[in-house]
Amino acid sequence: MRDEIIVNNITERANYEELNPAKWVDEYADYLYNFALKRLNDEALAQDLVQDTFLSALEKSNLFRAESSIRSWLTAILKNKIVDTYRKRANALSGEMRIGSVEDEPEFFDPDLNNWKKKHWPAPFGVEDEDALHNKEFMNVLRKCLFKLPSLWMSVFKLKHLDEEETGFICEKLRITSANYWVIIHRAKVNLRSCLQKNWM
Amino acid sequence: MKKELKTEEERIAYNCRKATLLIEKQQEIELTVREKMELQFHLTGCYICRVYEQQSILINRMIRQLFNTQKDEANLNHEFKEKLKQKIAAKLDNN
Repeated sequence: MRDEIIVNNITERANYEELNPAKWVDEYADYLYNFALKRLNDEALAQDLVQDTFLSALEKSNLFRAESSIRSWLTAILKNKIVDTYRKRANALSGEMRIGSVEDEPEFFDPDLNNWKKKHWPAPFGVEDEDALHNKEFMNVLRKCLFKLPSLWMSVFKLKHLDEEETGFICEKLRITSANYWVIIHRAKVNLRSCLQKNWM
Repeated sequence: MKKELKTEEERIAYNCRKATLLIEKQQEIELTVREKMELQFHLTGCYICRVYEQQSILINRMIRQLFNTQKDEANLNHEFKEKLKQKIAAKLDNN
């Protein structure tokens, strides 16, 4: 028993030497802060999560494996905390609100025939043939439109397009059914597209 | 008077709601054979959903570009960093 404790203390100390936590703030804090900021768009929350990441990393320093870099290990801890935040935000809503909605969201489709209502017909943006991705003004309109989406939809988009996570992973982490996942993707896209058309043309 | 949809073909031809959902799914997963046929049949007759499809693909590419080109330029303030260093040092001393 005593031997075990001694051995544990030694590995922990060895890990600390290898991990060098006194250097963490200088070496990784800004990187982790930017990582969190991109995913949460909230400076205060991003700061808190960077702090939480360092403190919980110290607690599980024995779980660090030398084959991964310290930065990627810390990033993995932070990423878990970000996903927890996404889930907490999603769970704060209940019932109908659970999926979220856009303010003044119109009914785009006819309730009986299911075809597009005429006033919501998608029309060409006029940039499809040129390189829309290099059109700064067009990208800015998209940025503004994205900003209006409910936070759960944004979380889904960040996991899907920034972290390139699989649908199954996203549903599991956010605790949504795959049917709800597709409802979110569909409604988000229909709304975004409509917002682009309204503000671009 | 509102149109009444009588046949399955007519229902598919009119159902832009479902077609646009399938357009979203198709970009991520493999549709079933039936879904593929339905979507193809719908798109053949629906110019509006063909515009939607093109734009939906474009929007996905734009979102990806927007998210991935955000620069790592934000910095934590000095005071916060110093406090954080102290907290880490305190925790190390306790172990």
